Amino acid sequence: MLQLIQNEKIREIKDGRRVIVKKPELLAPAGSLEKLKIAVHYGADAVFIGGQEFGLRSNADNFTIEEMREGVEFAKKYGAVVYVTTNIFAHNENMDGLEEYLEAIEGAGVTGIIVADPLIIETCRRVAPKLEIHLSTQQSLSNWKAVKYWKEEGLHRVVLAREVGAEEMRKMKEEVDIEIEAFVHGAMCIAYSGRCVLSNHMTARDSNRGGCCQSCRWDYDLYENKDGEEVPLFEEGDAPFAMSPKDLKLIESIPHMIELGIDSLKVEGRMKSIHYVATVISVYRKVIDAYCADPEHFQIKKEWLEELSRCAIRATASSFFESEPTYKQQMFGFHASKPKWDFAGLVLDYDAETQMVTLEQRNYFKPGDTVEFFGPDIETFQMVVEQIWDEEGNELDVARHPLQIIKFKVDQPLHAYNMMRKENKK
Amino acid sequence: MKKPELLVTPQTVAHIQDLLEAGADAFVIGEQKFGLRLAGEFTVGQVEEATKLIHAAGKKVYVAVNALFHNDRLDDLELYLKEMQRIGVDALLFGDPAVVVAVRELGITIPLHWNPETIATNWFQVNYWGQRGSKRAVLARELSLDEVLEIKENAKTEIEVQVHGMTCMFQSKRSLLGNYFLYRDQVMEVENRKENKNMFLHDKERKNKYPIYEDVNGTHIFSPNDMCIIDELGELFEAGIDSLKFDGILHSYEYIVKVTGLYRQAIDAYFDQGEEAYEDIKDDLLAQIEEIQPALRPLDTGFIFKETVY
Repeated sequence: MLQLIQNEKIREIKDGRRVIVKKPELLAPAGSLEKLKIAVHYGADAVFIGGQEFGLRSNADNFTIEEMREGVEFAKKYGAVVYVTTNIFAHNENMDGLEEYLEAIEGAGVTGIIVADPLIIETCRRVAPKLEIHLSTQQSLSNWKAVKYWKEEGLHRVVLAREVGAEEMRKMKEEVDIEIEAFVHGAMCIAYSGRCVLSNHMTARDSNRGGCCQSCRWDYDLYENKDGEEVPLFEEGDAPFAMSPKDLKLIESIPHMIELGIDSLKVEGRMKSIHYVATVISVYRKVIDAYCADPEHFQIKKEWLEELSRCAIRATASSFFESEPTYKQQMFGFHASKPKWDFAGLVLDYDAETQMVTLEQRNYFKPGDTVEFFGPDIETFQMVVEQIWDEEGNELDVARHPLQIIKFKVDQPLHAYNMMRKENKK
Repeated sequence: MKKPELLVTPQTVAHIQDLLEAGADAFVIGEQKFGLRLAGEFTVGQVEEATKLIHAAGKKVYVAVNALFHNDRLDDLELYLKEMQRIGVDALLFGDPAVVVAVRELGITIPLHWNPETIATNWFQVNYWGQRGSKRAVLARELSLDEVLEIKENAKTEIEVQVHGMTCMFQSKRSLLGNYFLYRDQVMEVENRKENKNMFLHDKERKNKYPIYEDVNGTHIFSPNDMCIIDELGELFEAGIDSLKFDGILHSYEYIVKVTGLYRQAIDAYFDQGEEAYEDIKDDLLAQIEEIQPALRPLDTGFIFKETVY
């Protein structure tokens, strides 16, 4: 185990207690305007979104400039900010339209861009100087001297390579005065990001322009070429060669990251559901707040870990943070499984007098099902659903239509944006 | 018109002698602690020996310091850079900006070549690193001919393009082979790059075989084909591309010598006797490569005539 060293620079005495005043930013993914609102409502200090161009998730429902503006306005009400990923490595043909795009992002009130290509860094500085520039993990930033380079180039923040460990981060913070952002949760590249073109070679899709087809998650057979003869290095029934990493989960390392002075803790997953974003962000929010309020008596609560596991579909690991990952941090012979709990409904309204909730259906449920409600402003609780009605007051046997408005009785108070989930028994 | 440099990757000092005779103009050498995916390991002493040999022949030697460095290798990197300055090599290949900072701080005067492989994809970046001391850019192998030509037109530094050999598609810091064997409760033989013990991944769906090995930088996976454009060099010649690289990694000593000689013939035919002379011999040069090409390594033209989507 890594030794946790208290950092005096981030502490102050407040009301007679030593608390941590330098809280890291909790940075959430937001693949759509709805996800942005949920992320912010559930406690994110900042969100990163993709625009229609120059970003790396060409499959996500990316934001129009108008949606960015709306997202920024919404976030502002919570004191949160928005960053836009513009982290492709451009080819010559991608240079057109960049200036107008960056000007529009700046005009929408976005705080910063996450960028890898110096073309975009320099262009941004010239045409959209109000935007902060954050170096993307696509640059595989792995040492303090390279951090110093980007500091001298005037960047506001760097996102580290996923391969950087805690002691390396400490040294970077000591040597260079720049904001550091590090991943804490989510799916991982198993290669150095930016240095993988499997997708280009296998499917002619450019991974560094958003076309990654995740070839690293496929199975392969390992052979050796012995004097021209192909000898298999596996036996019948063995798991095939795989390079699929377990997903990153650093929930238990958050105190350590706070003591290191890491400025922004990043959750990955712009393609993930609002249920995922809400669950993950709310748990990390609780951990950060609890540790900063009383670091001496902090303990990870079992219920936080359980809560996190409700939306997990893959095994998790701490990756490079504590030490070099071994085979235990990879998955062999594994393909996606279902999460333990399904997202079943989003609360739109609650009438305290009648104790009736109005919610939007997100998954099949029916009277008799055990459901769980959670949200940033309630304690999580479970209950059994009784009678349910549609918007017109017709009683239903099942809530079967996605986005259908459903009403039923809930004893405990709920608020808009609370979520209902249902155990996945399959 | 200026002849492009023919840049090759020797395995040993003795190999350099044979490659000089075969017509190489320049060499990339180094050691895995600082450089990525080299055809051979050269200690500092061997770099010195190689440099004397290469300089005596009036040719160039470039040393690879293009690893992605972690903090623990920075001090050694500085010592290494000082040694290279003392030896007087002709260029340093870099990908990590740490090298730019170290070179500045140490007052190293050896020219830099920007070689980050996959991310060298547009001319703006070429000139950006040019302004920061890079004399040459080594372009990503995932570019089409048109993209290469447009970069050359707009570049203020020299341009180097790979014309033959394997392409690295993937680098992980993790020990992926070792992990696979440990998972199955075996211990990997550390020396997995012995001549007769090359490993590859078989992709059954695409019927491709991808060479794979591990070293101190992690796990490296290579393209299923060797690119070869010995018969398609005309436009690169005409555009004035400054350096044509043949990456001989994972190929045999003899293969590297033979292929170097064939590219020498292609360049000399075009520049000494004219375009037609090159046109006359190019199919035969390709046929000679096909004859010695290992069965496991089909030839293709890389991304030169292939578009990627995203």
